[in-house]
Amino acid sequence: MLEETAPEWLSEEVKTGTTIIAIEFNGGVVLGSDSRVSAGASVVNRVMNKLSPLHDKIYCALSGSAADAQTIAEIVNYQLDVHSTEIGEDPQVRSAATLVRNISYKYKEELSAHLIVAGWDRRGGGQVFATLNGLLTRQPFAVGGSGSLYVYGFVDAEYHRGMSRKESQQFVVNTLSLAMNRDGSSGGVAYIVTIDEHGTEEKVILGNQLPTFFDQ
Amino acid sequence: MALSNSYETPAPGFNFDNAARNAALEGLFDGGQTPKPLKTGTTIAGVVFKDGVVLGADTRATSSEVVADKMCAKIHFISPNIYCCGAGTAADTEKTTDLLSSNLTIFSLNSGRNPRVVMAVNILQDMLYRYHGQIGANLILGGVDCTGNHLYTVGPYGSVNKVPYLSMGSGDLAALGILEDGFKPDLELEPAKELVRAAIHAGIMSDLGSGSNIDICVITKQGVDYIRPYQESQYKHNRTMKYKYGPGTTPVLTEKVVPLKLEVVQETVQQMETA
Repeated sequence: MLEETAPEWLSEEVKTGTTIIAIEFNGGVVLGSDSRVSAGASVVNRVMNKLSPLHDKIYCALSGSAADAQTIAEIVNYQLDVHSTEIGEDPQVRSAATLVRNISYKYKEELSAHLIVAGWDRRGGGQVFATLNGLLTRQPFAVGGSGSLYVYGFVDAEYHRGMSRKESQQFVVNTLSLAMNRDGSSGGVAYIVTIDEHGTEEKVILGNQLPTFFDQ
Repeated sequence: MALSNSYETPAPGFNFDNAARNAALEGLFDGGQTPKPLKTGTTIAGVVFKDGVVLGADTRATSSEVVADKMCAKIHFISPNIYCCGAGTAADTEKTTDLLSSNLTIFSLNSGRNPRVVMAVNILQDMLYRYHGQIGANLILGGVDCTGNHLYTVGPYGSVNKVPYLSMGSGDLAALGILEDGFKPDLELEPAKELVRAAIHAGIMSDLGSGSNIDICVITKQGVDYIRPYQESQYKHNRTMKYKYGPGTTPVLTEKVVPLKLEVVQETVQQMETA
């Protein structure tokens, strides 16, 4: 006798159950994310790029509910576009983070998404902002998503100021790899975005090219 | 902001109109057992190939354990260059795709060009996000426009994924296995059609909610080829006799005529203008 024709996860909310990270280095920022999108126990998209552009030199990393995070990123993209036209120059990273924070705070009860905003601007150089639950704080590095819990120890121990561009990229890739190995809701490929005064560089690191550690 | 494609500008913020209506409906039925909506319990799939997009779907619509419709059309017309497969609650997918199609027609008339797939996706995402998951529509949108061949999926909460191949519905895990194994970038038309057919077939065989025939829709720059059905179910039953009854089959035993009493209450005369 048929109890249910459709599996539960079809009507469950799609979450990005993620690992995201953003760090500042000498002259810019590096953002990184995994690529797994899950709905319950099922992986809905194994190659999603969770690093969403807000402006030419400002990106945000999405985590939490996929729909909420994507929508916030799109709304802020639009608002930032209008803002930068109004002021006649590229917007500050702080402005982008403030716009994200305003939405996250106002709709605190209805939304369940956490965006990390990072970018480069003329005045402040590379900056990383966390906007969890409606706060706004500038940090040298920020991690987020379900996989971040497994790598807090690693980032706290290994991060130091004044890393070079290459070192920072390697640091981000290492962190993502460790988190993806331990967290069931993170996986797939790693997306890296490096932003500095010369431009924005997007890179994909496929699963088999990720660094391996002691037990692999 | 006035959009070139909507009849009315949508109100900002979340829409909770249905929440009050649902609460009222639950009160009407004893024991709070509202009737279950008809789900399409489906397998739908899409693949981007060299010259366009191939969409496929099964044709079974179920209402709990009964097959309500054996030849249901799950591939909906959105615009001449965009088609949409729908899984989830049948009424929701029908209405949502109808609404999207109307909006895009308005846009086409306003601007004089074929809509882009990304525009359809944005409108859908806007609408589904505003309803916060209350509209149970899992949609696969595929189409060809001036920027290329595109395949998107939109979830009921408003999340969007852009991928070269995908499947949705209750039979999607079975179909995805076939797609993951057989997909290559830049497939030719016949292998692409065969891949989608095999994926839907896997869904039909392995999932109770999917069945009957397979519909295929091929969209290219040249036009659309909607093949319905592409493959017929091998379990199709042929009716052994006709169910038509001629007049005189049922004998009349007695006849009683009772004229109804009607009285004229009001009489108005309106002259017709023929000038």
